Amino acid sequence: MFNSSFDAVVPMVCVTLAALAVMGAEAFRSRGESLPVGGLGIVGLAGAAMSSVLLWNRNAASFGVIVADNFALFVTITLVLVGILTIMFSSPVVKRDGLPKGEYYTLILFSVAGMIMMASANDLLVIFIALEILSIAVYVLTGIRRDDPRATEAAFKYFLLGAFSSAFFLYGIAFTYGLAGTTRLDRIGAFLAAQSMSDNRLILVALGLLLVGFAFKISAVPFHMWTPDAYEGAPAIVTGFMSTGVKAAAFAAFARVFLSAFEPFSGEWAPVVWWLAAATMILGTVVGVAQSNLKRMLAYSSIAHGGYLLVGLVAANQVGKAAILFYLLAYAVTNLAAFGVIAMLGTKDAANDELRDYAGLWHARPALAGLMTVCLLSLGGLPPTVGFIGKWYIFSAAVGAGYYGLAIIGVLTSVISVFFYLRVVVMMYMSDRPATAVCPPVSTVGMVALVASIVVILALGILPTPVLTLAAESIATIF
Amino acid sequence: MLTLSWLLPLAGALAVMFVPNADGRRDGVIRWLSLVTAIGTFAVTLAIWGGFDPDSAAFQFVERVPWIPAFGIDYFIGVDGISLLLVVLTGFLTPIALLSSWGSIERKVKEFSIFMLALEAAMIGVFVSLDLFLFYVFWDAMLIPMYFLIGIWGYDQRVYAAVKFMLYTMAGSVLMLIAILGLAYLHSSATGVYSFDLLKLYALDIAPQTQTWFFLAFTLAFAIKVPLFPFHTWLPDAHVQAPTAGSVILAGVLLKMGTYGLLRFSFPLFPEAATYFAPWLAVLAVIGIVYGALVAMVQPDMKKLVAYSSVSHLGFVVLGICAMNVQGVQGAIYQMLAHGVSTGGLFLMVGMLSDRRHTRLIADFGGLKAVVPKLTAAFLIITLASIGLPGLNGFIGEFLILLGAFRWDPRFAVVAGLGVILSAVYMLWMVQRVYYGPVTHAENATLRDLVPREWVSVVALCGIALVMGIAPMLFLRPMEASVDALIQRVQTAQTLRVKDDGRQKSKVKSQRSENTSEPLDHTFDF
Repeated sequence: MFNSSFDAVVPMVCVTLAALAVMGAEAFRSRGESLPVGGLGIVGLAGAAMSSVLLWNRNAASFGVIVADNFALFVTITLVLVGILTIMFSSPVVKRDGLPKGEYYTLILFSVAGMIMMASANDLLVIFIALEILSIAVYVLTGIRRDDPRATEAAFKYFLLGAFSSAFFLYGIAFTYGLAGTTRLDRIGAFLAAQSMSDNRLILVALGLLLVGFAFKISAVPFHMWTPDAYEGAPAIVTGFMSTGVKAAAFAAFARVFLSAFEPFSGEWAPVVWWLAAATMILGTVVGVAQSNLKRMLAYSSIAHGGYLLVGLVAANQVGKAAILFYLLAYAVTNLAAFGVIAMLGTKDAANDELRDYAGLWHARPALAGLMTVCLLSLGGLPPTVGFIGKWYIFSAAVGAGYYGLAIIGVLTSVISVFFYLRVVVMMYMSDRPATAVCPPVSTVGMVALVASIVVILALGILPTPVLTLAAESIATIF
Repeated sequence: MLTLSWLLPLAGALAVMFVPNADGRRDGVIRWLSLVTAIGTFAVTLAIWGGFDPDSAAFQFVERVPWIPAFGIDYFIGVDGISLLLVVLTGFLTPIALLSSWGSIERKVKEFSIFMLALEAAMIGVFVSLDLFLFYVFWDAMLIPMYFLIGIWGYDQRVYAAVKFMLYTMAGSVLMLIAILGLAYLHSSATGVYSFDLLKLYALDIAPQTQTWFFLAFTLAFAIKVPLFPFHTWLPDAHVQAPTAGSVILAGVLLKMGTYGLLRFSFPLFPEAATYFAPWLAVLAVIGIVYGALVAMVQPDMKKLVAYSSVSHLGFVVLGICAMNVQGVQGAIYQMLAHGVSTGGLFLMVGMLSDRRHTRLIADFGGLKAVVPKLTAAFLIITLASIGLPGLNGFIGEFLILLGAFRWDPRFAVVAGLGVILSAVYMLWMVQRVYYGPVTHAENATLRDLVPREWVSVVALCGIALVMGIAPMLFLRPMEASVDALIQRVQTAQTLRVKDDGRQKSKVKSQRSENTSEPLDHTFDF
């Protein structure tokens, strides 16, 4: 690296350049020509990952508003992983569904760039800009199948509610600026620390508005209404991308804002987040039980997983903060792989994402069924998968902070969630395959990505120590 | 050595996974491969028994490797007198269960073998773990293969039974997870570092209030597994719907994990709470004994009858543990082994009948003695063993338990004694209806008697039942030192606490000190 003030932005610049390159390639390609733009995107993402590794432990900062501390870098690497897996899972889907290849990958890459920026931002306004960069790209991705009315509806809903929540967030920024005279997180933190004794109601208003804005983005109950519709309507792989990437980025920013800048007021927000976490876990799982569409079910499950992450935020101890990072990684890989399987089973005309479409999958595609089972068991938090380690980490943070109630709600809801994950397993293994069922051919690239995810899921489930240590180091430098 | 005991079946499962068998042509190879692995594992467990020093109460064959150092989690395993024979039991029953599947599992043999071997690995892992985190990993991981075994190869209601089994067990165990985390946290606030090491946690001084909650969380998990009345409702479903091999393992080994957990975790970790709740647990155990027996009596389905008899027999085990004296605990462990052998055997032979006739209803049989004399003889031996006929394995355990219970609180012993009589009633009545009298159904007249493959496992089971009945010291001897140590730990902790608390608990103390003042004798010889 150059040791300049640009260091901290290198990862997102890599991704942005890749996005621009893909766009350029799309613009200048001759008609009918198909360029390996997905590979170009992976190169950019790999560059981002590499620069993140080089920046590790350096605490680089650019312009005072972008920081590349270990927390940001850990999330960046998670997001890069999400990006790479998404591109690999997408490549057969793009071809199959005839999606506009150039636009599709450009949008994915731009939104990853926004996500990285969001995770690294040290300024409320930069967070907002990053949020918009990623959101707008994802709105378009949601509706990228223009011939599908459900996708269009989902995109529109997502856009409206997303804009609505952005307004909340912006309003919160305005109040904060009005009080503290700055949007820089470190300065806000210093200002609030000095104010911690005063009972300035406006601080609470700012806090509340920001909280609502974030709660929308991470789809915490009761701000989750957009999630099931958007997730169900979007193409499966885009749903996987949003439910992992967007959530990871939003959570990183959420954690940074609330655990650093607004830390002095944790006495005010922690009880609220306690209730958000409890409601999110309960509603996500209980409603998930009633779903018969796999994508919708996983949408509710991803709501519930947001609840577990909130538990780590409430606990707010060293373990809790590291647990958020670890859980984000664990959840991202697992959930994305699950959506990868759904995407692979779809065809151009039929999404094949109803529960009954999975009947007897084991007989037709044993490998795919087995891999899906590992994903589901990991989502359910059963050993020896990374999902178990993640849940264990989160709940040990809660127990360590004395939140036994929240931990108990968490484990009980995870048992309920196992019930609906098992429904899929029951379908795949214990039902007969209807004669009419079609099984699209499995693409090699997708299978490679899937097997790689499964290896990560099992490896981190059995030997989590290196990543646990990294996660613990990542939060040691900040907060 | 000990690692090998669970790694070997896992390696076998992996090996089977890579045998290409898309068309089912290599079923035979897979069957032999998994059987050889299971027998090899049994040999390893026997070697561990051979190398076990019965005079030491300490954990032996200990292996410890740091796993997640930041949280004091180690890969920490070892056996003592309590777990040793359970490991051997697991090693013994798995090949028998695999053999039993040769006649009944025709489809997806490869996956079946993988799940069976993985299950064995997890079960042995549960018994040898000395780190609570490791224990929990095995405990939960074990559910996955069992779930598939029931759900894929079971009978008509298999999906319902499999899901019920999984959810019941998980609901209990997740609360235990919270308690485990709480213990580690307590350890960190007492000493500054997290630890999931069982031996370190034994040394922890836990406030009575906390003990109560943690004890309840642990015990709920184990009570569901045992299953203790009223948490037993998953059991008849799971046992009846599981394929024969699954039932053998469920009844033979899985249920013992609950009682093993009580002995290894609930009682020694939270001695004071355990003392307080022991009478309540004993009440539930006694209700289970009588209730299980009564319900078993009216079952028209043989498998269900045996399943309910398990509820009754496991009630004895819990009663013996609650008594917390030498006879009670030794009897409990003995009964765990004996029940594994005899109920495993019963399920096996009911499975043989059901493979032949595709029904398990008692009413569909009758007069089989003339048709299948060998099977009848074996069935009768195992039935008598299960009832507790002197000279066979069931007697020693039940007798010791009743003795222990009598020394503790005669009332429990009296009611539990009723269970012994009832078990004779329902078991013998079933044998009478199935095997004696005239052949009432024409289909039964042509049933095949034991084939050599079945012969092997049946003889092995009957032989063990006989050896356990005649030479109990062979099995009691290794557990003595560990049982003494366990009882001492529970009682010392109580007396210490009683001293602190003064008069308040004097009643408990006087009752307890009677037990402590007596020399911890096991001069009880046969």
